[in-house]
Formats: sequence, structure tokens, C-alpha cells
Amino acid sequence: MFYRENGQFKSSYSADLALFPVAQDRWAMWGLLAVCFVVVPFVASDYVFRAVITPFLILSLAAIGLNILVGYCGQISLGTGAFMAVGAYAAYNLQVRIEGMPLLLSLLGGGLCATAAGVLFGIPSLRIRGLYLAVATLAAQFFVDWFTNRMKWVTNDSSSGSVSVANLQIGGYAFETPVQKYLLCLSIVALFALLAKNLVRGAIGREWMAMRDMDVAAAVIGIRPVYAKLTAFAVSSFIVGLAGALWGFVHLGAWEPAAFGIDKSFQLLFMVIIGGLGSIAGSFFGAAFIVLLPLFLNYVPHWLGLSISTATASHLEHMIFGALIVFFLIVEPHGLARLWSTARQKLRLWPFPH
Amino acid sequence: MQFRKFALYAVAAATGLSALATATLAQAQAAEQFVPLLVYRTGQFAPLGIPWADGKQDYLKLVNARDGGVNGVKLTFEECETAYDAAKGVECYERLKTKGTGASGFDPQSTGITFAVTDKAYNDKVAIETPGYGLSQSVDGTVFEWNFPLLGTYWTAADVMLQDIAKKEGGSLKGKKIALVYHDSPYGKEPIPLLQKRAAAEGFEVSLFPVTPPGVEQKSTWLQIRQQKPDYVLFWSAGVMTPAGIREAQASGYPREKMYAIWWAGSDHDVKDIGAGAKGYNAITIHNSAAQDKVHDDLKKFVYDKGQGSGPATSVGTLAHTRGMMISMLQVEAIRAAQEKYGKGKALTSEQVRWGYENLDLTADKLKALGFGEVMRPVKTSCSNHMGTDWARIVQWDGGKWEIKSDWYQADKTHIDPLVKEFSAKYAKDKNVKPRTCG
Repeated sequence: MFYRENGQFKSSYSADLALFPVAQDRWAMWGLLAVCFVVVPFVASDYVFRAVITPFLILSLAAIGLNILVGYCGQISLGTGAFMAVGAYAAYNLQVRIEGMPLLLSLLGGGLCATAAGVLFGIPSLRIRGLYLAVATLAAQFFVDWFTNRMKWVTNDSSSGSVSVANLQIGGYAFETPVQKYLLCLSIVALFALLAKNLVRGAIGREWMAMRDMDVAAAVIGIRPVYAKLTAFAVSSFIVGLAGALWGFVHLGAWEPAAFGIDKSFQLLFMVIIGGLGSIAGSFFGAAFIVLLPLFLNYVPHWLGLSISTATASHLEHMIFGALIVFFLIVEPHGLARLWSTARQKLRLWPFPH
Repeated sequence: MQFRKFALYAVAAATGLSALATATLAQAQAAEQFVPLLVYRTGQFAPLGIPWADGKQDYLKLVNARDGGVNGVKLTFEECETAYDAAKGVECYERLKTKGTGASGFDPQSTGITFAVTDKAYNDKVAIETPGYGLSQSVDGTVFEWNFPLLGTYWTAADVMLQDIAKKEGGSLKGKKIALVYHDSPYGKEPIPLLQKRAAAEGFEVSLFPVTPPGVEQKSTWLQIRQQKPDYVLFWSAGVMTPAGIREAQASGYPREKMYAIWWAGSDHDVKDIGAGAKGYNAITIHNSAAQDKVHDDLKKFVYDKGQGSGPATSVGTLAHTRGMMISMLQVEAIRAAQEKYGKGKALTSEQVRWGYENLDLTADKLKALGFGEVMRPVKTSCSNHMGTDWARIVQWDGGKWEIKSDWYQADKTHIDPLVKEFSAKYAKDKNVKPRTCG
């Protein structure tokens, strides 16, 4: 009913392989993009841009990166915060050390450095897997924490170990206002979400998924584990590093190593698990759940006019948030993305379910 | 027909009500000054954060209850929990900065959050008040127009500690070994440049011992200290790290008399449970230790006796609570000073309050009238000096309470001023800030 698909015929291979084969989905996606690019900049307040949507977008991007590794390739990683840090600090160093370095190149350069770090720490994945690999990637987290804290040149000899960036400019166009920063993040996130989506649909994505589902069988049918696993680490770390650079440059503006601590790694892993493993849309759902829900819960007492103390509100927020995570995982262990696709399926068949 | 009538009435009533509501709101806003309160009542630093937050809020309540606000302008406030996390702090800052007629300055309560909001404050034209912490170079008001590290910075603190040590050592630190045990974060690293500079100039040795946050695990650090036997330990700690460090010092036999803690590691709750084990532990304070004054009596009379206190009555008069009250007092006085210029009884914008911070002149008489005469010493800020006067003194834990051990010190300008100039010039260059000229 809502998805009336009769009359939509696929008469070419390209139509069959389209990203959104159903016309309604296609239009909904264009609509969503139009709203994000055209409507939101005019309606949202500075607070919403700076404190809500921009961090949500950046963390969605990081979640996409992690989802490629964990959700698609099945390599559990607890080092996401570290790869974000590598991206941020590398971009920072490129920016301060090379005179006239374009911002966009710095950001991408941050991603490339994170790729190198990711591949390096991905090497153990060739021998070990599962929880053992999770612990090995944890080493990346500890190493980068130590490295960014101790190596003075990483922070350009900052006495306090904290760095800050200024003057975000791309091609002479300054990104100063919250709206401009939001549009910058939105463009990057939209572009990389599209790229990631196409990558996981392609040959390489199938290799990753084969690795995830059963690596021995995949090797038997001719997929090289070394290639598949390391490319997953590379692509994932690139996106995560880019997100880290955006987090530092655009969202925080100034940061210390603690901004990319192990908490960030866990947070991102939760996003991917709650959002839905192996789903690009799920990364957005997960980021929304982890970033927006606590803010929302924080506001509820205000809206209800309850005057409870800050500490109580904060504890309550943690309790409710925890309970909701458990609830969602019981209702749908495959994450919010699966809930969404179930709902969509029901809408397609409504009102005549089989 | 009936329905249409009803709808019409409803619309009319709604319009009327909302008009009324906006009118009252506008009226209410006209005489209210909003003070944002960034606090951490949860997380690893909560033991320090709770009395500090209570003190900040209590003083605002006191001003409202006792004086009816500042020249008749009621103070409104809202807390926002940061848990000492920079990203959360940024969110809080964004949420509260435009409330009312604009936030009357932020006390971010964290060095990390101060770093993160410094640039934003510059663009948003909101003052950042960092009494006793923050960016040490932001003393230079020509570059840091919006930052106010009132009363002292980590550089002045380290300097005063060294002065006190030098006094004990007969005037010279030459050949001494001084260790810095610090919270491994921007907060803990702040004193390092000054220590290194003075070490080079005066011929003593500085060794650095970073402790990974939150700092409950310090066994290896104190083992190293036991091996290296430094003459003194400067202790830049906070929250759970402090009692853990004192216990380790006790366990490894390092004399607590040789430890000098920064002000955030010198609160009652840091040492109370250790009691006699912490005897001899020194701390620096930017106010007169746990001195009580009229403001405490007023607080009891106007706020706590009416059951409106923010925390337990027992915390009133503790170091951290008094410091919270003092920080709010500085904020309120900045508003008062700004009202002198921009009109008494008016709600001020954030930008106007900044002027107040820059023109604070709290003389001994004024402090006495405010009930802070015993608590702190006079302070005066100016366009080029955003710190004001940096009085500090050393207190010592005698096993049951803090005892004042030294007279008031001021930091030695010969080392600090060039450092402030150097670091603020670097900041100005990095950020393309054009320094103002102060008349």
C-alpha cells in the first residue's frame, strides 16, 4: 500500500543493480537529502548545529567506518578511538607544518595516515580472530594514547599537550558559522556514506562478507584472506581517521588525547551493534541512538518542569539509557537497522501480509 | 457552526494567553541576569565537583535571597553536567550561552573544556572565567580578550611553591631535585614550562612523573620516587588521584611534609579519610584556607536555615565549597562592575559582563562588606592583566584540619611575565589573533 511496487519494471541490468531499486525509496532518499541540505540550514538553531547534528554526523561517519570492519568483515576492533586520534593528529600536523596546506587535503591526509596505522594493527587479524583480535586492537588504543601524550612533536610542542586549530578554509571559502560547518560535514558524510554503500555492494564487499561468514570456506573458494582483511582494515581506518579529523577540526576545535580515549572506541562499537551490524543505514541509527538519546533524556525533566538535581538527572539518564540498550537488543538483536527493514517490509505488504 | 465558533474562541483564547505569556516573559527577562553553571557532579572528579558546584549555586541563591539580586536584577541560573568531558562541556556551553540576555561568563571547571571553548568564546563574545586554572598564558588580556584566569594560574602556583621550598632550604634551590607528579592531561602539564624555566635559571633538577587518569594506579610512580629520592614532590592531582597518591606516599615512606599539592588537591575530602596518615601534607590555596567569614553566616541564615541549600550543611565552610562561593562572587562582582558602566538595574549582555571582568576592583573594604574579608585578598584586573593579583599561601594538614603555614606570597614576575608573553604571542600567531593595545 505505502510501497506500491506494481508497475515498476526493471528492464536493464543497471536498473536491477540500482542503489535503491524501489522508486519510493529513491524519492525518500532524495527528499531526505534535500531536507538536510536545503531546509535544515534555515530552521535549526546554532545550538542544534553545533551540539547536536554536527557531532551526530561525524560520529555516524566513524560508525560507518567501524561497521565496514566489524559488521561487514567480522573483525572486531576496540581501537576505533585510536584511529580517530591518528586521523586528527595527522591532519593537525599536516596543517601546521606545511605552509598553505589546503584543509581538505589535510583531512584526507589524516585519513591516509589512519589507513597506514589501521593496516599495521590489522596484521594480527591474519592470525587471530574474534575476542583475541579485539584485545590486539586494544593495543592500538593504548599505544596511540601513550604516543599522543608523550611525543611532544605530535602536538607541535604544545606545553599542555592540547592542540587547537583555526581558520577552516577550503579554496578561500571560510567555514566559520555553525551552518557552514554543518554543510561541510554533511557533504563529506553523504559522499562517504555513498562510497561505502557502493563498496560493500561490490566485489570487495562480498569478499569481506564471505570472510565474516566463514573465512575457511571463503579461502577455499579463492578469496585471499590477507587481501580481504587488510583492505577492510584500510578502508575502515580511512573513514574513521577522516571522522577523527573532522571531530577535532570541526566539532571540538581544540582537543587533548582524552578526546579519543577508549570511551570513544566503546561508544562507537555500541553504535554499530545497536544500529545494526553490516548496515550503512544502521550506522546512522546507532549514532543517533548514542548521541541524541542522552541529550533528549537530559531535556525531558526540563520539559516536564521537574526540578531534579543535575547529578540525579545525570544518573537517571545513564540508567534509562542502559535500560533502553538492553531493551532494544532483546527486542531486535540485529539492531535498529533490522527493525527499520522489518517495518519497511511490512509496509510493502500491507494490508495483505502473507 | 458550533464547531467553528468553538474553534474561533479557542484560537482567540490561545492568542490572548500567548500574548500574555510573552509579555510576562519579556518583563521577567528584563530584570534577570542569567548565570550558566557548568559542573561535574558525576564522574571521576565528583568528590571535588560536588562541593564546588554547591558553593557556586549557594552564593547565587544568597545574593538573590539577601540582596534581591544585583542592584535589583535577579540572578537566574541553570546547571549543566559535564562529567569533566570536553565534548559534553562544549554541548553545555552551546546550550547555555544565549539563554536570557546571554550568559554572564562561563566557569567551565575544567582545563580541557576551557581549551575547547576558548576559540568559541572569542567568536561568541562570551567571557570565560577560570579562577586558578585554565590557560596560564591567558593572563595576557591583549591577546586573550575573553579569558579571565582570575586570582592565579598554574604558573603562579608552581612559582609560589618553589618560593616556599626555597625559603625552607635557606634561600636557594641549587642542586635540589624536585619531582612533579601530575595528572596526565593538559591540567597536569600546565606547570611544566615554568618549572623547566626556573630549573634552568636556578640550577635545580626537575623530573616529571605523569600519572594516567584517573590516577588510582600510582604504584610504579611512587616506586620510582622512592628510588630517585627527590627533595620535594609537587603534586598536580585531582579527584580520586589525590587520596591514592597520598596513600602511596605513605606506603612508600615518602615524607608528606615534602609534598606540595596544587589547590584542587588540597580540599578537606582529599585528606580527611586518611587523617593522620596525611599529616604534614602541604597544599597551596588562592584563598585563606578554610577561613570562615560573614558570608558563611549569611549563607546559613538566608539559604540553609530556609532549607534551600544546594548541598548538605556540613559542606559549608569546607575548602572546595568556599572556593565555589568565591568563584560565583567574582562573577557577581563582574556583573555589578559592568552595571556601573552600562546602567544599574539592567540585565546585561555577555559582552557587557566581560567589561566587568576586566574592570574588577575588589578592595579590602569591598571584600569586607561582601563578607569575604577573611577569605581572600584584594584583587584588581585590567585590560592587559586578566588575572588580577595573584595572592596564594601554603596550608598544611595537621591530621585533623588545615593549618596556615605561610604568609601570603605573590609569584615572581621575572620568570612569569616573559613566559606569558612568549606563550600568548605564540597563540596569537597560531590563531591569527591581532593583539589589542591597552591604553
